[in-house]
Amino acid sequence: MCGICGCSQTNQTTKLKPVVKQNQHLLTSAHGHAGHAHDHHENERLIQVEQNLLNKNNSYAAQNRAYFKQHQIFTLNLVSSPGAGKTTLLVETIKRLKDRFPITVIEGDQQTERDADRIRATGVQALQINTGRACHLDAHGIGHAIRELDVKDHSLLAIENVGNLVCPSSFDLGEALKVVVLSVTEGDDKPIKYPDMFHAADLMLLNKTDLLPYVDFDVEQCIRYARQVNPDIEIIKLSSTKGDNFSTWTDWLTERLSALP
Amino acid sequence: MHELSLLENVRDILEEHAVTQNFSKVTQVTLEIGKLSCVEPEALRFGFDVVMKDSLAENATLLISELDGLGLCQQCHREMQMKTLYEPCIHCGHAFVRITQGAEMKVKDLVVI
Repeated sequence: MCGICGCSQTNQTTKLKPVVKQNQHLLTSAHGHAGHAHDHHENERLIQVEQNLLNKNNSYAAQNRAYFKQHQIFTLNLVSSPGAGKTTLLVETIKRLKDRFPITVIEGDQQTERDADRIRATGVQALQINTGRACHLDAHGIGHAIRELDVKDHSLLAIENVGNLVCPSSFDLGEALKVVVLSVTEGDDKPIKYPDMFHAADLMLLNKTDLLPYVDFDVEQCIRYARQVNPDIEIIKLSSTKGDNFSTWTDWLTERLSALP
Repeated sequence: MHELSLLENVRDILEEHAVTQNFSKVTQVTLEIGKLSCVEPEALRFGFDVVMKDSLAENATLLISELDGLGLCQQCHREMQMKTLYEPCIHCGHAFVRITQGAEMKVKDLVVI
């Protein structure tokens, strides 16, 4: 059993003996009995639960957040669709900032160590989480990862989530801020097509701006859409591969890392 | 796939309650899902039997109670129906309307033996 959270780190399902299907009775008042009969099991009872499906994830996220605060670790949760350029953005960010701040990266992908290998090639520590069939990282997995890694106090921890503009928006990891990366090759209407993610994000990085002359992408329209779903979202336009406006992003990070007590 | 993770959380919640409330079988699960939550009821229904197989809720009936979206304008303080997360106020046009109902996703109650 895991000494941190008590999990077995295996399939946690309690396997109970399968039972013969009973005639199911609906005890809620919402269910009428008109027109059909029920066999009632004499021992059936109704239990009020009223428990959020994300409670468990949220409590792990709160533990992670407390850990980050205690150790002054500035944590970003980077989200995007696959191929928006999160890993390249991180590699270029690390190259520019690694001599000023300790940086650690947690990589989430369904399969392979490829992204973690790219990060390690820059000389910083990276841990790859393979989520298997899951389409997002969760706070429990991040809790284990930060204890496996040697994340320095007063440092930057970047969590690169699984490429997916839907599911990761629901799962708080304990991060300080959520950063959504959108590339100009994807279409300017992504913010209103996937509003949950842009609604949840604090900062949008509009990436691959060097390709704007070759694609049909209306930057101002995209920004209007993003602000429509999230009036408070910050936006930085940049190109990771060509370096255009990249310093605005690294300055944004430096300002926040320098403010750590 | 995201719904499968949520259903695994449902199963964990049932198993925790089985210990604290002393039951061994669940015959009915009622979920409360807000229409503004990023959960698709049909996907929950689709995955429910698969995730509950071999658990104490195998063969249980799934009921989903859907809650409409409601919002409160942060400028004129009037309530309104919300179809999406990001509509401006229908009364005054203000961009920021706080969601007051519709983001729920929870296990409401269980019928157990």
